Amino acid sequence: MPILKPPAIPPSEITPPAVWARRRELLKAALALAGTGAGLTLGRPLLAASPAGAGALEPIPNVRSSPQSTDEPPTSRDDILGYNNFYEFGTEKEDPAANAHTLRPRPWTVVVDGACEAPGQIGIEEVLTGFTQEERIYRLRCVEAWAMVVPWVGFPLGDLLKRFKPTSQARYVAFETLLDPKQMQGQRRAVLEWPYREGLRIDEAMHPLTILATGLYGQVLPNQNGAPLRLVVPWKYGFKSIKSIVRISFTATQPVNTWNQMQPDEYGFYANVNPGVDHPRWSQARHRMIGDGLFASKRKTLMFNGYADQVASLYAGMDLRQSF
Amino acid sequence: MARSGPGGRESAAVRYGKPLVFVLCLLPLALLAWRITAGRLGANPVEAVLHFTGAWGLRLLLVTLAVTPLRRLTGRGWLLRFRRMLGLFAFFYVVLHVAVYLVLDRGLAWEEIVTDLSKRPYIMVGFAAFVLLVPLAVTSTRGWVRRLGRRWQLLHRSVYLIAVLGVLHFLWLVKADLREPLIYAAVLAVLLAARVPWPRLGRAG
Repeated sequence: MPILKPPAIPPSEITPPAVWARRRELLKAALALAGTGAGLTLGRPLLAASPAGAGALEPIPNVRSSPQSTDEPPTSRDDILGYNNFYEFGTEKEDPAANAHTLRPRPWTVVVDGACEAPGQIGIEEVLTGFTQEERIYRLRCVEAWAMVVPWVGFPLGDLLKRFKPTSQARYVAFETLLDPKQMQGQRRAVLEWPYREGLRIDEAMHPLTILATGLYGQVLPNQNGAPLRLVVPWKYGFKSIKSIVRISFTATQPVNTWNQMQPDEYGFYANVNPGVDHPRWSQARHRMIGDGLFASKRKTLMFNGYADQVASLYAGMDLRQSF
Repeated sequence: MARSGPGGRESAAVRYGKPLVFVLCLLPLALLAWRITAGRLGANPVEAVLHFTGAWGLRLLLVTLAVTPLRRLTGRGWLLRFRRMLGLFAFFYVVLHVAVYLVLDRGLAWEEIVTDLSKRPYIMVGFAAFVLLVPLAVTSTRGWVRRLGRRWQLLHRSVYLIAVLGVLHFLWLVKADLREPLIYAAVLAVLLAARVPWPRLGRAG
């Protein structure tokens, strides 16, 4: 019986791995060059479909699955990496994918201080090895009325907070993003008051749905998604889920959050997803699901982004029109 | 229409210029069609098409407004003969923009659209600009120019208000970064300032 011999591949036909790994970048660069003459598209890159830095990142080992995950199909990795609000790297959705390569997510230290018995700091390696990493597939609803389904990797924020032994004075938790205009070019302009700040009530922070994310799609976080460590609070608008965290502080009083400070009538402290309370400039009743395409209709937004069973009790007796 | 300058050169500029400008004005549409068919609209295609058509409507409106100052600056009267085509293309992209908003973005949910039109200032001014453009497009023909006489010019002066509303529409929808709408505002300010009859030295009031 004749054995089929595979055709010999001359070495010249094989792409060096380094070039192959950068294929998207190279293609993009070539096309961008070809397109410079015709690139008059609102200052956006003509070719927005394949985000930069979409190559494989370091995988996170031993990721456990979680009963908290939704069974909805996750948004494509390209869309999650290519459509971001991360003003530290520019205000257009495509800017973070193009500009976040200057961020250095290792080494990285998070300072934990304020009203706690054991203030200190924790390095990102310790975060990755010291807490059981779970996959949490969550819905993400942006205040701009679009949404995604993101397969985060992370662990409950409460697990980390408890290590630093918050005192009874700790009624809130405040978060801060890195401030470094060299790494984050968007911070060279005062579009927002840098560094970006966010905050949660302590019971929101300790809620089992609230996680610190270290990755997505099984790999460490891409820079444009808030590497190396970000907050994810799935029942609140996306801007609450602060990225690239360098400081966590326990406080007695309600901390400042950046968008609320910027436009208090448009962005509240709580920012719970609520189809009944419109943003002054647009309706929050429905949202566009990223990936649904040009001709799909919007989907109905659910109270607390569909997590009402788990979190509605946190707000019992509160007027959510007032505390929006 | 009165012609200035040596006839031959001027008519050649208009004869070859008109089809060229026509094709140039269709290039954004061609780019958009290519992006749609090639799947190059990014993660949020409805938003991309909405912003693209709106931006080109506003840009061409500003280009239309640049014709008169440019003619005065260069003394080339034939430039005026491109103005109608440019204005109609601006209207064309604005109509596309409104259609995308009504059909693709709002899915013809009239209740939502009525709320938008009555509650949201940036949509109110944008829609007002569109409505005010309709009579200008309708009366852009030679016949209407003749029929309306002096009133035609009066009517078409509303384009200044329309351009202001268009820029406001852009300015009011932006969340924090006002840089881009402010560029449009600055261009419009220059184009409007060029029309003010500034008193000149050496000439009595």
